[in-house]
Amino acid sequence: MKRVYVNEEWCLGCHLCEYNCAFANSGMKDMAAALKDKKIFPRIHVEGEDKITFAVSCRHCEDPVCVKSCIAGAISKQDGVVRIDRSKCVGCLTCILVCPYGALALGANGTMQKCELCLQNSCGEPACVKGCPNKAIVYEERSETE
Amino acid sequence: MKKYVIIGNGTAAVGCIEGIRGVDQEGGITVISGENHHVYSRPLISYYLEGKTDPDKMKYRGDGFYIENGCKVLYGKTAKSIDTDKKTVVLDDGEEIKYDELCVAAGSRPFVPPFEGLDAVSNKFSFMTLDDALSLEKALTEESRVLIVGAGLIGLKCAEGIRDKVKEITVCDLAGRVLSSILDDVCAASVQKHLEDNGLKFLLSDSVIKFDKNTAYMKSGKTVDFDILVLAVGVRANSEIVKEAGGEVNRGIIINTKMQTSLPHVYAAGDCAEGYDASVGTNRVLAILPNAYMQGHAAGVNMACGEAVFDNAIPMNSIGFFGLHIMSAGSYGGDMKEVKTEDSVKRFFTDGGVLKGFMLIGETERAGIYTSLIREKTPLESIDFDLAEKIASNLIFSQNVRRKRFGGVV
Repeated sequence: MKRVYVNEEWCLGCHLCEYNCAFANSGMKDMAAALKDKKIFPRIHVEGEDKITFAVSCRHCEDPVCVKSCIAGAISKQDGVVRIDRSKCVGCLTCILVCPYGALALGANGTMQKCELCLQNSCGEPACVKGCPNKAIVYEERSETE
Repeated sequence: MKKYVIIGNGTAAVGCIEGIRGVDQEGGITVISGENHHVYSRPLISYYLEGKTDPDKMKYRGDGFYIENGCKVLYGKTAKSIDTDKKTVVLDDGEEIKYDELCVAAGSRPFVPPFEGLDAVSNKFSFMTLDDALSLEKALTEESRVLIVGAGLIGLKCAEGIRDKVKEITVCDLAGRVLSSILDDVCAASVQKHLEDNGLKFLLSDSVIKFDKNTAYMKSGKTVDFDILVLAVGVRANSEIVKEAGGEVNRGIIINTKMQTSLPHVYAAGDCAEGYDASVGTNRVLAILPNAYMQGHAAGVNMACGEAVFDNAIPMNSIGFFGLHIMSAGSYGGDMKEVKTEDSVKRFFTDGGVLKGFMLIGETERAGIYTSLIREKTPLESIDFDLAEKIASNLIFSQNVRRKRFGGVV
């Protein structure tokens, strides 16, 4: 299945992916109205310092430990995509405690949010990939050997 | 076609059902549910009282779950005994249910010490089930003075859930600190202060000698007048049914890493089971929800003739009170390193060159990176642990490891 991958050598650390993510999931049509002067809650985040930077988002694991650990039964895997039903989430953060990638974070309303590959929002494809100026983030199928 | 029977209808049962169905889509599954409820998330009952969820959203799986998975659920029935020769479970109404593979996922029940005068206390509650929460809710008024016996996870979550509905809450515990099962003295003290700032009163290192109707007489000589009593002292595994059938039982039903009990074709999972705890290298009851699911799932796979081993369970908790998040995992021996800021405390426990455990208060972002270090026994010399103590980041790994973790092929 297609996933979001990051080639960290090409990541500029510009954080544009975070803004594109927040906008794509804002439900709004105008980027300035959606993001200007607001604290953003992106589902992808750039880690690193100085020379090394890279963006991290949900890996949509084969065997997702967050799904098994969610105390509310709010996280599920549907057609390969790990999704969260935020109406069921109570913000206990157990998923943060178990995700080995540090890929989940709290949203604005105190419930968890995560990358769902933009398949359900207005972008329709990962906005972080679409907007990455250096093509460091890609959306493709790779055979992963773990 | 195999006949699967599951005693219990909680998280471990769901794990078991999903584990079975990953391997065998044909066999019949019978679920014996003592509670008259579609499977729901027990840890959410405090959030229900707080108004953060409702019984419909609390459903751990959707309405169609049992039908989609070909399960027959016997609501309001209790399993009384197991006959391993006939391979049957006998219910409280005498009905016998035949099984080829059985999973005991019977959970736990509140432990209530024999307090003098307890019988004469009219408004007393346990806090484990949805029905407990619903009946407690009915009894609460804005004038209620609540005494909670037990400053552990259950007692304190209950306190948080009801604080805005009642006049005052006093929490007492025999232990000298709150959350004594997951926090040390220093971390517990900072959490206690936060709880006190949010209106809770504590009587620690103290216990109830006797109740006289609506008054508790404490060992310290103090008295507490209350309208509502919540007993959250601890829980006991529902393991008797396996013991009586001749199975090995300690504090819980003893299982191996395939979730098999000592009885043939009988598995156990969840709060009733005592499985391998990788953090201490021995069997222990780990009554936490993720463990229940994972044990149940492994049991289900093995019951359906698949191959599943679950051998890296560790204790871990993520819990919040009035906006303060607390996480803990693993064991607390070895060397301790503390990283403190104005509004956070992190304590890391290392031994033999690996991370064994941690406590985090107030700063919990990406904590799963720490948890994975414990679970995978990552040699600390292979990562930048100095950085890890400051911040949980994927930057602590070498570039090669990071490439592998994130599936890069560059």
